[in-house]
Amino acid sequence: MLTTNRAAAVALGVLAVVVLFESRKLPLGSLHNPGPAYMPVLLALALLVFAILVGAYGGASRGLGAVGWSEWRHAAAILGTCAFAAIALERFGYRLTMAIALGFLIGVIERQGVFVTLTLAVALAAGSYLLFDTLLRVPLPRGPFGL
Amino acid sequence: MTETVHNLLLGFSVALSPPVLLYAFVGCVVGTIVGVLPGVGPLAGISLLLPATFGLDATKAIVMLAGIYYGAMYGGSTTSILMRIPGEAASVMTCIDGYAMARKGRAGAALAIAAVGSYVAGTVSVVALMFLAPPLASFALRFGPPEYFALLILGLLVLAYMSSGSMVKALAMATLGLLLGMIGIDQMTGYFRFAYGVVELGDGIGVVPVAVGLFGLSEILATAGQETPPAVIKPTLRELLPSRQEWKDANWPIWRGTVLGFLIGIIPGSAHIISSFVSYAVERRLARRPEEFGQGAVAGVAGPESANNSATSGAFVPMLALGVPSGPIPAVMLAAMMVHGVSPGPLLIKQQPELFWGFIASMYVGNVVLLILNLPLVGVFVNLLRVPYPLLYPGILVFCILGVYAVNSSVVDVWIMLVMGLVGYLLRKLDFEPAPIVLGVILAPMIEMALRQSLAMSDGHYAIFLTRPIATTLLTVGVLLVLLSLKSLVTRGLDWRARIAMAEKGEEL
Repeated sequence: MLTTNRAAAVALGVLAVVVLFESRKLPLGSLHNPGPAYMPVLLALALLVFAILVGAYGGASRGLGAVGWSEWRHAAAILGTCAFAAIALERFGYRLTMAIALGFLIGVIERQGVFVTLTLAVALAAGSYLLFDTLLRVPLPRGPFGL
Repeated sequence: MTETVHNLLLGFSVALSPPVLLYAFVGCVVGTIVGVLPGVGPLAGISLLLPATFGLDATKAIVMLAGIYYGAMYGGSTTSILMRIPGEAASVMTCIDGYAMARKGRAGAALAIAAVGSYVAGTVSVVALMFLAPPLASFALRFGPPEYFALLILGLLVLAYMSSGSMVKALAMATLGLLLGMIGIDQMTGYFRFAYGVVELGDGIGVVPVAVGLFGLSEILATAGQETPPAVIKPTLRELLPSRQEWKDANWPIWRGTVLGFLIGIIPGSAHIISSFVSYAVERRLARRPEEFGQGAVAGVAGPESANNSATSGAFVPMLALGVPSGPIPAVMLAAMMVHGVSPGPLLIKQQPELFWGFIASMYVGNVVLLILNLPLVGVFVNLLRVPYPLLYPGILVFCILGVYAVNSSVVDVWIMLVMGLVGYLLRKLDFEPAPIVLGVILAPMIEMALRQSLAMSDGHYAIFLTRPIATTLLTVGVLLVLLSLKSLVTRGLDWRARIAMAEKGEEL
């Protein structure tokens, strides 16, 4: 049966193999004089061993089907908003990006009223900018029209 | 003794003068704000505000920067407890039980215990700093790369051993963290590792995006879309204060965290972070009901919070006594002192007693200021929990993105947070603990450097780890822990970790 532990073991095992494969581009060095690939290879091998152990003793954990995924759409929307912020932050500027992201989350995903959405989106975007950029002097990106 | 008291009186005459007191207060306030804001940790805070002290004399500047440092350590617990977002890396462990306490309506109690624990630890560790600095600093000086490597390995094994559930799973997570820590330029050869042309990855993966992603973002992903959203917590004034039982439960963890934090603090490295991880693990192991850890155990807040504040003072021991910074934050403090024409080291006490003892005395004053500042604000902070979650989490998300971006002004860090948020979300679903990943990321460069320096010292002979008493002792303790974890395989019974894991899932033993 595919349990949570076995699913994780497969993922960790695949990651370990990928790291081993990618490490071939770097000099391994020797046991006495380790090169830049030495530690990653050592750690990938350790991860592979742990993955095998987790998989081997993983039968007692709960089945993967028993894991609840009911919130995945919400989670995907939030991750999408974060991705938008990462793409737009230095193009549209901090205030505009955050106002759009907040407007989407509050208005579209959480279905709040227009007034609440606009007020919170603008206040949070402008307020956090004031606190960090103006008061704490942490430079935040500006977009078109200095926004 | 008499001389120390005389010197301390001299220090208090400096620290209690109105201008110095004012700058200590300003430093504590700014530090608390810096600590509360996720992402802007003490290191970024001190670095950003260093230019603001250029116009001050050395004593005021150092006192203000030290205030920012303590304040950030205090403030870091607030977002951890209320939102499960570590304000800075040392607050990661506070997230676990602090947030669980908040969900149970004990947010005020958790914040008050964190504040009092930090106060006790801060004050006691300053006393220890005064009396124990010279002998402890000389002991820490015996740590070369082999001892350091053994200590770091032991730290990982202790954390894995003390975790609930399987030690193998915890070690797998720590190894994953260590692998993430391998990304970036190899410090000894200059090779780019796993950077794939992304220049920003040259400096490696930052702790802040990893911690905020694994704890803050993953919490939002798992909670925001639940069919029944988290209830709005409306704490009453009475609920803000810890009960007698909670004070009792916090008492010993505070003292243990204080001692542990101070001892770990004097050892080079990110001591304040490691100390909170080790303290949490120790408290869980010593607890009568370890199954309460993760569900809102008072000791899970009191121990780590005391430890990371105590480690803050401990970190000043080698910096003040020897002029050797024990981590990135003391290094910035050292640079700040040098900017102001002060050279820390053995001669500092003789040459500038007003500054040295004024600094020590200002630590006492700063701790009192922070307690007075933080306890009344508990009610203000807790009111955040009254906001309905669908309106609260978009705001938290903004601070996650902002805090992560602000550290390096890098969008790559936001992407790292996003990926780690997804990883944290999946790990929750698969019943894996993310905390060892954070420790792995922090320790990876140090472990690798210590290993390679040790081998360079020994001309490539691994026997160096077995011929130096401190390193051998530390590694032996590590091996014993691994053997202890295998005991249940031999006896075919459930060990304490398995019992805790089952209790956490609500399964019958």
